[in-house]
Amino acid sequence: MHWLTTILIVLPVAGAVLVAAAPLTTYWLGSLAALLSLIEVGVWITCASKFDFGRGGLQLDQRASWFTDLHVSWHVGQYAFSLWLVGMTVVVMAACTIYGWWVGRDRGRAYFALMLLLTGAIVGVFTAQDLLLFYAFFEAMLIPLYVLIGVWGGSERLRATLTFVVYTVVGSLLMLAAIVVFGLQQGTFDMTQMGTSTSTWLFLGFVVAFAIKSPLFPLHGWLPITYRESPAEVSAVLSGVVGKAGLYGLLRIAIPFFPQPVHDWRVVLLVLASISLVYGSLLAFRAPDFRGVVMYSSLAQAGLIVLGLFAGNRLGFDGAVLQIVNHALVSTALFLLAGMVERRTGTRGEFALLGGMARGRPALATVIMTVGVISLAVPLSTTFAGEFLILAGVFQQGWAWAVIGAAAIVLAAMYMVRAISAVLHQRVGPAVSESALDLRLGELAIVVPLVLCLLGLSAWPNLVSGHAASTSKPGWTAYAP
Amino acid sequence: MIHKPHVDWFALAPSLSLLAASGLLLLVAVLVPRRPRRPVSATLAFAGFVAAGIWAAFLDARSPDAAALVHDAMWRDRWGALAQVILAGSGAVAVLLSYGERMRDEHVAEYYSLLAAAGAGMVFFVQAANLMTLFLGLEWFSIALYVLTAIDIDLVGSLEAGLKYLVVGAVGSATLLFGSGLVYGITGQLSFDRIAQAGHPHDAMLVVGLAMVIAGLAFKASAAPFHMWTPDAYQGSPTPVTAFMASATKIAALVVTYRVLTTAFPHDEHLWRWAMAVIACVSLAWGNIGALVQRNVKRILAYSSVSHAGFMLIAVAAANQIGERALLYYLIPYAAMSLGAFGVVAARERELRAPVTLRNLAGFGWERPFLGVAMWVFMLGMLGFPLTGGFIGKFYVFAAAYRHGWWWLIVAGVIATMISAYYYLGIVRAMYFRDAAELQLAPAGGSPPREIVLTVGVAIALVVTVGSFFAVQPLIDVAQSAAKALPL
Repeated sequence: MHWLTTILIVLPVAGAVLVAAAPLTTYWLGSLAALLSLIEVGVWITCASKFDFGRGGLQLDQRASWFTDLHVSWHVGQYAFSLWLVGMTVVVMAACTIYGWWVGRDRGRAYFALMLLLTGAIVGVFTAQDLLLFYAFFEAMLIPLYVLIGVWGGSERLRATLTFVVYTVVGSLLMLAAIVVFGLQQGTFDMTQMGTSTSTWLFLGFVVAFAIKSPLFPLHGWLPITYRESPAEVSAVLSGVVGKAGLYGLLRIAIPFFPQPVHDWRVVLLVLASISLVYGSLLAFRAPDFRGVVMYSSLAQAGLIVLGLFAGNRLGFDGAVLQIVNHALVSTALFLLAGMVERRTGTRGEFALLGGMARGRPALATVIMTVGVISLAVPLSTTFAGEFLILAGVFQQGWAWAVIGAAAIVLAAMYMVRAISAVLHQRVGPAVSESALDLRLGELAIVVPLVLCLLGLSAWPNLVSGHAASTSKPGWTAYAP
Repeated sequence: MIHKPHVDWFALAPSLSLLAASGLLLLVAVLVPRRPRRPVSATLAFAGFVAAGIWAAFLDARSPDAAALVHDAMWRDRWGALAQVILAGSGAVAVLLSYGERMRDEHVAEYYSLLAAAGAGMVFFVQAANLMTLFLGLEWFSIALYVLTAIDIDLVGSLEAGLKYLVVGAVGSATLLFGSGLVYGITGQLSFDRIAQAGHPHDAMLVVGLAMVIAGLAFKASAAPFHMWTPDAYQGSPTPVTAFMASATKIAALVVTYRVLTTAFPHDEHLWRWAMAVIACVSLAWGNIGALVQRNVKRILAYSSVSHAGFMLIAVAAANQIGERALLYYLIPYAAMSLGAFGVVAARERELRAPVTLRNLAGFGWERPFLGVAMWVFMLGMLGFPLTGGFIGKFYVFAAAYRHGWWWLIVAGVIATMISAYYYLGIVRAMYFRDAAELQLAPAGGSPPREIVLTVGVAIALVVTVGSFFAVQPLIDVAQSAAKALPL
């Protein structure tokens, strides 16, 4: 029995209630939310320091019966890989909450309460060890996101929320049906006690839900409008951590519990992942705006990570976990930077209106350059390590997959360099005026920690990839419970 | 000398206390002066419902074994007692919602009297053990509700709603009566368990009787295709009455449907299982598709109540141990959510003095933060999202369907839920995503006062909705022991 994981979930939720009820002005509510999100990071650091990587298995877990006749319980805990995913979640959420505070979102009370609620839900997804509890958190993520996009989003926000909700609700309800059937077949909903299943239908029920969330071609239809219409920091959360819930679902549920269907459907999923990777990269290359590049690149990255997950070996999994963490940090930083650029120029990030922002704005140029270069997987960067592991892993399924992956890295370089140069270099864009200032100290305080995390991981990627497996079993089963 | 049956007054206490309240309220209408009449009547009705609830809770605690009462006319068991507790709770909240309703002072005591009488009828109805008491209970609360629907003669459409409800309801009652007649004619028995002993499977006349009984009860549960009265009656009635009808009538009808089917017609089990499954699917389809095109929030909620009847009928169709629990559990958050949702609608209606449509909900969430959040939670609960009991309810219903091996009912339920996301979230969207300023609404008569009593009612509904998500085990335990009273 250990309370830490429970605290990690309950703290932001309780914080949300506190923010919703506290008699403070918006500014102080924002400070309170920022403080709470930083405390959350502190709690995670405590978790990490108590985590015994040598022992492996489920740690910091707590179990309390919820209702016994169907064997459902409040069971939370962390495996090594969940620890990293939770870590990236709390860091990203802290950055985004503070960004919302810095920007001064109106209706702050609701805004900050929802951000904290979202934090709790996402952490819950990554730590729940009961299938029904997992589903509850998975659905709970949608509730704050729906309002965050619908209230603070752009002019097309109503259409965006509708598209987003239609896709995710369809996916998650298919998963609910699969969960009910799977849990009753197994006689328990506790993931640590469940056995495997050979049912293709159940497998597909889970995979479709996770593929929508990730997103994976051809289920990414909600992505363009949702990412473009959301506030920048909500896009960051969506692509940085919410999408990762889908990938985590594949890692934790779809792959370990359905070995036979995974074997049967491996090629299909590898093909879809490759298409996501190449198609996403091409779309990113053609995207007319900064956010477009970042959002399509996250489609491509999701494809890459799925390649790693369905490589079916240890290397692929190690790389996938590392790449999940990397991409969360990279895409959060890029979305926030996109938001900062948009705010400065009063645009929606159209490249046609931007350009030449490097001159006179050294901090902005340095940060965008650094993050951009890391995101295109330049050697010595942590993303390079992640992609290398994934490619090495998927190579064992067939050299062709690795070739596609390598080609995508070239494409990544193309779209990212294009984006950097369109924003920072070339002729000064019509929307870029002298009054568009360099990054302020507050903004640097939000982005620089993310960059530092990335640089730290670049120095020591093995921190994640070498400490992600939950057991010392051979092959990918090191990640199975 | 006439032989008098033994009467267990304790088992009748819930309905008697409500009847007493109803009678006293009629006196209040005559004796109490006009000014204090409203608070006095409301307090008395509230006390009546609370007393009924307390009696029912005692009855639940003291009736571990089912027993027949008054010449086998009624059952004293936990199945009925638990339903009574939920009914009494719904009635009490309905009183809270009614308090601020604008109505003429000369009718106010009669209004509460009828409300208590309807409650008494329902509380009586769920204990029914033979066809006579079944019909008596049904008519008892129905007549009270017909009047309540049409009581506010100033309300546009109220009279029409009352008339529609009366006509369609009378058809339902007549169907039930005819069906009961056929069943009695074939078996020569009135009480449910003797019908079970005397009936033969596949007796054509008995099956026709069973079908008509099911139809009669489905009218009250507003399950499609017997729901035609629902949207109009819900829209036209005073909103607190709608809240009461949506929660209490449905609870009573579903609980009794399950009791009748399992105790009186076990031999035709596979027939009524299929009938229930078909009615469930039709309700899910009709309710959800009907709600999609509505603009009036009361009508949306009316169609949504049809679809919820469908969900609960899945549990009835499954008719296994999980199904019984699922039905009783589902009723608790469902009652809370529909009372709460109609309560919020009532609040908005009183602010605007106009029917609440999606359009004039705009900005409501920001103007009234508490009611807005509450409505949000009720909508998520009806949609079956976590952090509300609606989620667990749906989960149990699906589990029951799967246990019976009818996975296609899960598919039907899942598709229905997908469709319902559009209009439930549409209400959230209407409340939050547009500003009132954008639409230039002019509330009648300046800023309306806060309604403490209504807010308390909504808060109770909110606590139950969210609380039932966390306190699943105790509620399931209660439901489980209640379900033991039934033979299946």
